[in-house]
Amino acid sequence: MIPASFDYHAPGTLPEALALLSKYGEDAKVLSGGQSLLPLLKLRLGQAGHLIDIGRIPGLEYIREEGGFLRIGGRTRESALETSDLIRARYPILHDTAKVIADPLVRNMATIGGNLAHGDPGNDHPATMLALVAQVVATGPKGERVIPIEQFFLGLFRTALRPDEVLTEIRIPVPPARSGGAYLKLERKVGDYATAAAAAQVTLDSGGTIERAGLALTNLGPTPVKAADAERFLVGKRPDAATLTEAAQRAAKASSPSADRRGSVEYKREMARVLATRALKLAVERAGGR
Amino acid sequence: MQPRTSPEVGGMGHSLKRKEDPRFIRGKGNYVDDIVLPGMLWMDIVRSPFAHAKIKSINTEKALKVPGVLAVITGETLAKYNLHWMPTLMSDTQMVLPTEKVMYQAQEVAAVIATSRYAAADGVDAVEVDYEPLPVVVDPFKALEPNAPVLRTDKKDKKDNRIFHWEAGDRAATEKAFAEADVTVKQDLYLPRIHVASIETCGCIADFDRVNGKLTVYMTTQAPHAIRTVFALVAGHVGLSEERIRIVSPDIGGGFGGKVPVYPGYVIAVAASVVIGKPVKWIEDRMENLQADSFARDYHITAELAAKKDGTITALRMKTLADHGYTDAAANPSKFPAGLFSICTGSYDVKKAFVEVDGVYTNKPPGGIAYRCSFRVTEAVHAIERVTDVLAQQLKMDPAELRMKNFIPKEKFPYKSALGWEYDSGDYPAALRLAMDKIGYHALRKEQAEKRARGELMGIGISSFTEILGAGPSKHFDILGIKMFDSCELRIHPTGKAIARFGTKSQGQGHETTYAQIIAEELGIPASAVQVEEGDTDTAPYGLGTYASRSTPTAGAAGAMAARKIREKAKKIAAHLLEVSEEDLVWELGKFSVKGSPSRSKTIQEIAFAAYTNHPPGMEAGLEAVNYYDPPNLTFPFGSYICVVDIDRGTGMVKIRRFVAVDDCGNIINPMIVDGQIHGGLTMGMAPALLEEISYDENGNNQAGSFMDYLLPTAVESPSWETYKTVTPSPHHPLGAKGVGESATVGAPPAIANAVVDALAHLGVKHIDIPITPEKVWRILKEKGVAE
Amino acid sequence: MATHDIRVTVNGTPYDAQVESRLLLVHLLRDQLRLTGTHIGCDTTHCGACTVLLDGQPVKSCTVLAVQADGRQISTVEGLEKDGKLHALQEGFWEKHGLQCGYCTPGMLMTSCALLARNKNPSESEIREAISGNLCRCTGYNNIVKAVQFAAERLGKEA
Repeated sequence: MIPASFDYHAPGTLPEALALLSKYGEDAKVLSGGQSLLPLLKLRLGQAGHLIDIGRIPGLEYIREEGGFLRIGGRTRESALETSDLIRARYPILHDTAKVIADPLVRNMATIGGNLAHGDPGNDHPATMLALVAQVVATGPKGERVIPIEQFFLGLFRTALRPDEVLTEIRIPVPPARSGGAYLKLERKVGDYATAAAAAQVTLDSGGTIERAGLALTNLGPTPVKAADAERFLVGKRPDAATLTEAAQRAAKASSPSADRRGSVEYKREMARVLATRALKLAVERAGGR
Repeated sequence: MQPRTSPEVGGMGHSLKRKEDPRFIRGKGNYVDDIVLPGMLWMDIVRSPFAHAKIKSINTEKALKVPGVLAVITGETLAKYNLHWMPTLMSDTQMVLPTEKVMYQAQEVAAVIATSRYAAADGVDAVEVDYEPLPVVVDPFKALEPNAPVLRTDKKDKKDNRIFHWEAGDRAATEKAFAEADVTVKQDLYLPRIHVASIETCGCIADFDRVNGKLTVYMTTQAPHAIRTVFALVAGHVGLSEERIRIVSPDIGGGFGGKVPVYPGYVIAVAASVVIGKPVKWIEDRMENLQADSFARDYHITAELAAKKDGTITALRMKTLADHGYTDAAANPSKFPAGLFSICTGSYDVKKAFVEVDGVYTNKPPGGIAYRCSFRVTEAVHAIERVTDVLAQQLKMDPAELRMKNFIPKEKFPYKSALGWEYDSGDYPAALRLAMDKIGYHALRKEQAEKRARGELMGIGISSFTEILGAGPSKHFDILGIKMFDSCELRIHPTGKAIARFGTKSQGQGHETTYAQIIAEELGIPASAVQVEEGDTDTAPYGLGTYASRSTPTAGAAGAMAARKIREKAKKIAAHLLEVSEEDLVWELGKFSVKGSPSRSKTIQEIAFAAYTNHPPGMEAGLEAVNYYDPPNLTFPFGSYICVVDIDRGTGMVKIRRFVAVDDCGNIINPMIVDGQIHGGLTMGMAPALLEEISYDENGNNQAGSFMDYLLPTAVESPSWETYKTVTPSPHHPLGAKGVGESATVGAPPAIANAVVDALAHLGVKHIDIPITPEKVWRILKEKGVAE
Repeated sequence: MATHDIRVTVNGTPYDAQVESRLLLVHLLRDQLRLTGTHIGCDTTHCGACTVLLDGQPVKSCTVLAVQADGRQISTVEGLEKDGKLHALQEGFWEKHGLQCGYCTPGMLMTSCALLARNKNPSESEIREAISGNLCRCTGYNNIVKAVQFAAERLGKEA
């Protein structure tokens, strides 16, 4: 498996990278971790005249809480998320997510920005980011713009990112007290894309009632699925089994999976329900509910 | 078994560290793709996107303009030399490159020769082929229907898609037994296509030296000598003569049967080197490997048992449809179109049996290789072990009890099976008892009952398999007429060290160590001082190679016999040195001494030195021997495996909680290596039970053509295996050994399948085809109303 | 065809090379530097036979461009043995029969090497998880786990 010829650029600064993107337009692709892009090029399923490697631009890899947000640099590697004490302690849903992406070796190269920007509904971060109501920071020739995550995924392998933009940061609102989240993935084996996966994030009020809820699904439609109806249903309710089950039903209803070797449409939709139920339950537990 | 030799000598029974490992742990192995020859060119292959299509034209113009591309070889190129077709091992024919039509997706269509790996790939991209799709036959049952398109239009008289009908046993007596039985059960099972997927793919470097007319091929082959002869037979008419063909099989990154066949790629590379006069390297990528190389299994079986009310099995009947793809390129002994499938009476004393197999053509890649088993034994074992559980369920008997009741009793060995095999030795109840004891069978049954009451799903599955290895006795076993002996050439150097060469070829089994231990056991020369070589046809004695767990049963035996020949001569030399008659000498390990006077002795080292410095008058100098070992019978290793699974009621996911494997492979040469073989076999048995399957859509498109969908288990899916042994030596093998490399691959799948079915048996589930995917289980849970 | 002059340090030795943009790191190592201990097994970033350490982290060198490694440190199986002394992992794989055909072994060794660098005493499940990006078809993984445990223990004693 040998990729077709392309040219490679390794800008040392973001402005240089942006200039190259502007110059080559649709013929250019941003190379971040390369763990999705390079296999596509090797299989000759994708073509690019120019790869713009953002790996040598300093300051794009970080994980920090600042100004009410968890800020993650676009080029932060999955392994950094997986081993971050901050993530492990305060964002278990993100820890859950990072550790089931591909395999440990891939996670040493793969980046969170790449995982989102690839626009693959099979990727794991999108659902988690939908559940967390994250924002994506896109930097282009005219500067930064902030894209709410629910406006980011436009279609299969299509995102709101413009060809002349780089995904530079992900912002996640710091969850209030009594919040908890979980990401659960059903995979055939390590390294596989999800047959189905569910990301759930809840905040309880002091009385234990659900104050906020985020619920989203992986690989169950042409784009990551935000279970908005289920989220609305949950708010204001006690997180009892019947409520969580009903919410999961609604989430499953929002999915539109296609059949493949991982499963039939019926199975995947049912797995959406099962995993959503379990993820919600775990999220509530982590939020301190029951 | 307590070793007879000291750890320093390291004969049988010692867990000697492997002699081959120092190079592998340093990254200094020498695999085919590691070899670079001066002036070497690269070959890459254009493959068909269609499963069945007429080739209207191949345009090479653009490809030839790609920088670095030197030539494009097509079927027309080879047809000039009459090399576009080649014979298969089953006396069928296979295309090297097509001139008229392609018969499966990923079939070789043309080959690009270039100055680099990268240029060759660019060249492949630039070859333009115009296809006209033809009707595709995917389903082997439909292939036999009267209106099915006849696929092999190259065979003038061929009017249908049937390849062969084969049968064994007594049809009438079996039918009678079924008619008279108290109970009969019948189960359809499908063992899907799978692929060995050794981590190293296949490849070669063909190097034709125009000056000397000598062809050297470095290739990933498990059977270098047989390949040499095949090349001489196939290409004799273009001047390749066997004495000028050298096949070198360097380090092999796993074989499992997938490196037995002659793939078109090898032949094209040879043709390219002959035509161009330079070395040509071809290394397939993983997708080519999975999509075009020989598959295993693809048996549609109907298995039936007849029994008395008390559980005594009285008869067995099996009918099988075997999907062979577009040609019968199975790697079987020539007289066995269905391999050794007639071992399907298994470990049981079944009085009447009848089995039949029909082979058919479809638009799929050819093959029929083993996947780490001996010629269709896995299919046979899966069928008998599954249908035995179906019978147990029907009779409401514990599956362990039913097995105990029907095992061939220890005292009946050697045992003649209803389908004609003579089992050499066995103690089946002992192996099952040990497995039950180690896993705590009765406690598990109790736990299961408690869990069922709570609605939780766990299952316990047993497989008590018998293998059939060591092909084989030359009376029955040959490949293209070449008898399936194997060989050892043993030379003792003056200083008492040795070199031993064998006709087999290790692909990870550890021959360099175990063969040295055999020589150590027989001669007392330390295994560390025995150099073992295989794989170079210019130096090694002729042999049929390593597959079907045959190395220890055949070449290992040849090593022992060659050593014994050496001992005969050594005795004469010792008698000369000690000035006594041969009758006065006794052999103890490593030396001859005079009866009644043990201090008067000569070690094998002293004798070896004398063989070159002071040999008796009239005797030839030197100390060496050759043995071609023709086994008197096959060997029949066996074992009992017990698997415990837990099932997730929400997802249908099966988790193997524990797996106890009791194996009996006769006397053991290196316990550490034997355990390693079993661990590996278990994971490779688990893989098709739960994960691996190559399937095709209705257009013949391969649905698992890369590791994205062909799911090899990782260390996470693979459980921690628990292994134990019983030892029942083979009465006819010189070392009492039986072979072990594949037992676990054969025995594990039914243990797992039986465990999953057992977990659901109380819901009325009788059978699930492998691979048991989460969805298959979930569908049952849903249907039975117990899904979460 | 764009080429780049790069300098990579492999097992402590700097190498200068002129590479095509698309050259994969594994091919630089194997075909140009002739360090053939690093293998290729799948082409789709699944098998891990090509695992090397890039600045200390195990990565699949079939899915890294050679030019991406410019200026960086690469460790391959050939660099594990120091001054004629085998690495504890090499000893462990030999001692515990952690390899059969040897093809996945260099990748397994490099992944395990990085594991032990960050976790001195990994549990069985941590080892299994760490090597889950490396496929082995021969050993069933049992003895690879034991080999890594052996090395952890030996390194613990040496420290």
